[in-house]
Parts: sequence; structure tokens; C-alpha cells
Amino acid sequence: MTTQEALFNYCLRLADNHLILGHRLSELSSKGPLLEEDIACTNISLDLIGQANALLQYASSVENKGRNEDDLAFLRHERHFYNSLLSEQPNHDFAFTMVKQFLIDAFNFYLFDELKKSKDLTISALATKGHKEITYHLRHSSTWIDRLGLGTDESNKRTQNAINELWRFTDDMFVMDEADKILISEAIAIDLNTIKPKWHNTVNAAFEKANLKIPEKVWMQYGSKQGKHTEHLGFLLAEMQHLHRAYPGVKW
Amino acid sequence: MENALSEKAFQDKIDAGISIEPKDWMPETYRKHLIRQISQHAHSEIIGMQPEGNWITRAPSLRRKMVLLAKVQDEAGHGLYLYSAAESMGISRDELLDQLHTGKAKYSSIFNYPTLTWADIGAVGWLVDGAAIMNQVMLQRTSYGPYARAMVRICKEESFHQRQGFEIMTVLAEGTPEQKEMAQDSLNRWWWPSLMMFGPPDEESPNSANALKWKIKREGNDELRQRFVNQTVPQAEILGLTIPDKDLKWNEAKKGYDFGTPDWAEFKNVISGNGPCNKERITNKIHSHKEGAWVREAAEAYAAKKNKTLIAA
Ligand SMILES: [Fe+2]
Ligand SMILES: [Fe+2]
Ligand SMILES: [Fe+2]
Repeated sequence: MTTQEALFNYCLRLADNHLILGHRLSELSSKGPLLEEDIACTNISLDLIGQANALLQYASSVENKGRNEDDLAFLRHERHFYNSLLSEQPNHDFAFTMVKQFLIDAFNFYLFDELKKSKDLTISALATKGHKEITYHLRHSSTWIDRLGLGTDESNKRTQNAINELWRFTDDMFVMDEADKILISEAIAIDLNTIKPKWHNTVNAAFEKANLKIPEKVWMQYGSKQGKHTEHLGFLLAEMQHLHRAYPGVKW
Repeated sequence: MENALSEKAFQDKIDAGISIEPKDWMPETYRKHLIRQISQHAHSEIIGMQPEGNWITRAPSLRRKMVLLAKVQDEAGHGLYLYSAAESMGISRDELLDQLHTGKAKYSSIFNYPTLTWADIGAVGWLVDGAAIMNQVMLQRTSYGPYARAMVRICKEESFHQRQGFEIMTVLAEGTPEQKEMAQDSLNRWWWPSLMMFGPPDEESPNSANALKWKIKREGNDELRQRFVNQTVPQAEILGLTIPDKDLKWNEAKKGYDFGTPDWAEFKNVISGNGPCNKERITNKIHSHKEGAWVREAAEAYAAKKNKTLIAA
């Protein structure tokens, strides 16, 4: 694997994480529990898709094969998406959505903070801009973890249930492979092992404060870095890509 | 006697172009009229999120997806300003939502039509936001201050929406024959409902006279409809699309277009609940409100606990 191939792959991972998480959140537009929350979620979804768009543009220039950001978003198949398994999980209820957002926001918060220092100037610029938005996303989802954990018995139960169900997808975010190795050696990417304890502490502290807990002895699921996903991604892509694919090559 | 005096003073103020503020005296009929109109407007913004949100997950490019998300977010914001304007007249958001959910309050009947293809996102922006602007530009000078100020903010965003809708139509109209057909089909379906957005002809519009006297509205339904047609026909020509009205033709004498009569029977039918999507729009709204009940309860309980600890500390 060349550095260029590794970088292309790395950009896709970052982009896909945001694109798929943003897409899931956009499914809730006009369905929020409160009008104010509807606006917040749509706004966060817009941030995430905006960042994905910029990352895919960069991926496209790194790859340099004439595929633009839309080709990458709408014409890749399921096995060539590299978003985390967690990001593609369905919304189910508001607790699921917020737990998922929170776990990923905390991950992105530390990841993007480190990527600001990347030797790759585009990555570092995108990380600097992205980190500001992610800081707000994390504040938003942390507040909800607190509210839902400490609100009512029902909200606590639903939130704990969401944590129990989603926890098995968390380790997948931290998997590294050859692409990481190559890019870490060039100080372009970061070693995810260095942010894992920070992520864990943040999550644990937020849960403890909200009377929630990390489940014990959970069997972890992996696969996203090899494009091996849960069955949910296929349906998401079918919906997202169908119009674009139905009219090949046209302008929109 | 006292009432008659106040009412005279009130009308003098209106005639002098002084805006009415929440704490000012106002006739009960004025207050009722405005609550009805503002809440109907707010509900329209909120229900309007559904037909447009319908295409967010399927938007054909990343840029279109972002623009549509931003638009739907704007509409939610418009709903929020307008609910606040209505609340300033002494009605709560819960009451307003309740009126929407029980069918007591109406919303613009245009949103009871389905968005069947991507071109509908273009047509809605171009025609529906376009028609809304005709009304709203006038409302920036409406006599009730909070409503007028909300409209100033909203109008800027609405004209942006209209331009984006027109741009979607332009790309489709200049695209492949299939795309152009999609655009024409969409214009065919949205044209007449858009003309109906201005309301029934003035002589049949029960609330028009008061609205004009109180300067809530400054122009009649027919006048606005005529202006919309005059503005939109040349735009359709630019697009190379055909307006589905065989009676449409330029009238040199009035310097405007003559056009056919919308099907007012259809209009009444949609308003009274029988449009293609009336059921879905309200059912969806009630459903997400119910699904969100435990979240709102949690947020309230949490706020109450926080308050308690603050007081204890
Ligand atoms: Fe609006
Ligand atoms: Fe509007
Ligand atoms: Fe709009």
C-alpha cells in the first residue's frame, strides 16, 4: 500500500463516519420531540454532511482518478464504505440517537483535536474547522445524556437500554490497520490507542454523573475498516443512492 | 362607550401607520384574527417541513442535500419565530399545537399535496416559496409589531429558498429529456395549488375586509395572485416549461396576464381535510409529538431537579 492509497482510504473513513452519522440524523428532520431539538439535530446533521463533503473532495483529489465527491458518496457500494458500525445503527428512539451521537461525538472530539497537528495540511485545516463544530455537538449530546439519565425513570431506562445495545459497536471505532500504520509513521494520522483512554474516561464520567453505566462483558463486533458492515448500511445506501444512480451521469 | 372610544383610538393609530405592540389595547376581534392568522402561518411552516423533508435522505447530490437540510431548518426557525409572535398575544405553544393536532387550526393547504419526485423540491421552492413571499413582503408592514418583525427576518430566507428552487428547476430543464419531463410534470401538478395559496377570490373571502381595515393585510387575494402570475410566467419561459393553463395570455391593456380560474371546489375539498396528504401530515405530526412525550417529560423533570439543587445550595 502506498502512502497515497493509505491517505485516500483514511479520508474515506473520516468522511464516511460523518456522512452516515449525518444521514441517520437527517432521517429525524421534522420528527423531533421538540421544535428546538428538531432545529438542533438538523443543524448538526448539516455540519456532519458538510464536513463529509469537504473530506470527500479531498479524497477525490488524493485519488486523482476523476471521481468527484458525489461519485464517492453515491456510486460506491456497501463493501467500499468505511464508516464505523456504530454510525450506521438505526435511530430506534431518541435515547438511541443521543447515545450514538454522544459516543461518536466524544470519539470525534479527541480524534479531530489530534488531527489538527497532522503533517498533512488539508487534514489539519479540516480538523481545525471540524473540531469547533464537534465541540458544540459533544456539548449538545452530553447535555442530553445528563437530562435523559437523570430525568425520569423511563428516560433513564431507555438510555441505559440504548447503551447496552450499542456498546458492542464501540471498539470497532478504534481498530487500526496498515493504512493507519503508514500514515502514523508520516505523522499524518494519529494512533487511536492514544485517544482511547481519554474517550473512555469522558464517556464513563458522563454516564456516572447521569446515573448510567457501561455494561460489563460485552462481546465486541468489528469489521468497518474492511467494509464489513451490519445489515443496516445496505438499506441506508439504497435510499441515499437510488435517485443518483437512477439517472447515470446527469447534472443535479 | 369606553370600548367605542378605544376602538376609535385604535383605528386612528392603525390609520396613522403606528404599529400595535403586545401591551397596547386592541379589540378582541383583532386579537382573535391575528392569533388565527399567525398560528396558521406558523403551522404552515412546520407542516411544510414534511413534504420537503421527504427528499432529504434521497437528495441526488451532497450539495443539494445540504441546501435542502438548511432550508428545512430555516422553516423550523420560521415556525419558532411565529409561535413566539402568537404567544405574545397571550396563547401558549401547547394550546397552539393542540389546535393543530385536533384540526381546529388550519395550515396552508398547499402542503397537503405530495412531493412525488425530486423536481417537486425545485417546484416547491420556486412556486410555493415564491407565492409565500408575495404575501410576506406585504406582511413586513403588517400592523402588529411582533408579526411584522418576524416577517422581516423570514422574508430574507424565503427569497433565498425561491432562488434555490428555481436553480433546481433550471438544472432539470436544461438536463436530459427525462429530467425536463420531470420538471414539467412537477410544474403541472404544483401550478394550480400555488395559485390557490392566495386564498379564495376577495368577494368570497370572509376575513378579507377586516384584515384590510386593520392593515393586517394591505392587498387583496386577487391582487397578489395577479402579481404572482405576472412574475412567474416569464420565469417559466426562461425555463422553457409550459404553464398548464390554456387561458393564459398577455393582456396589453392591463399590462398583466389573463389566466384561468383555479378549481375552487378542489381548494375547499383540500381545506376541509380531503387533500391527498391531509391525513398523513397530521398523523405524522401527532405521532412524533407522542413519541417525544417521554423526552419532554425527562427534560422537564431534569430542569425541576436542577432548580431544586440550586435553591438548596
Ligand atoms: Fe418559511
Ligand atoms: Fe412562510
Ligand atoms: Fe421557505
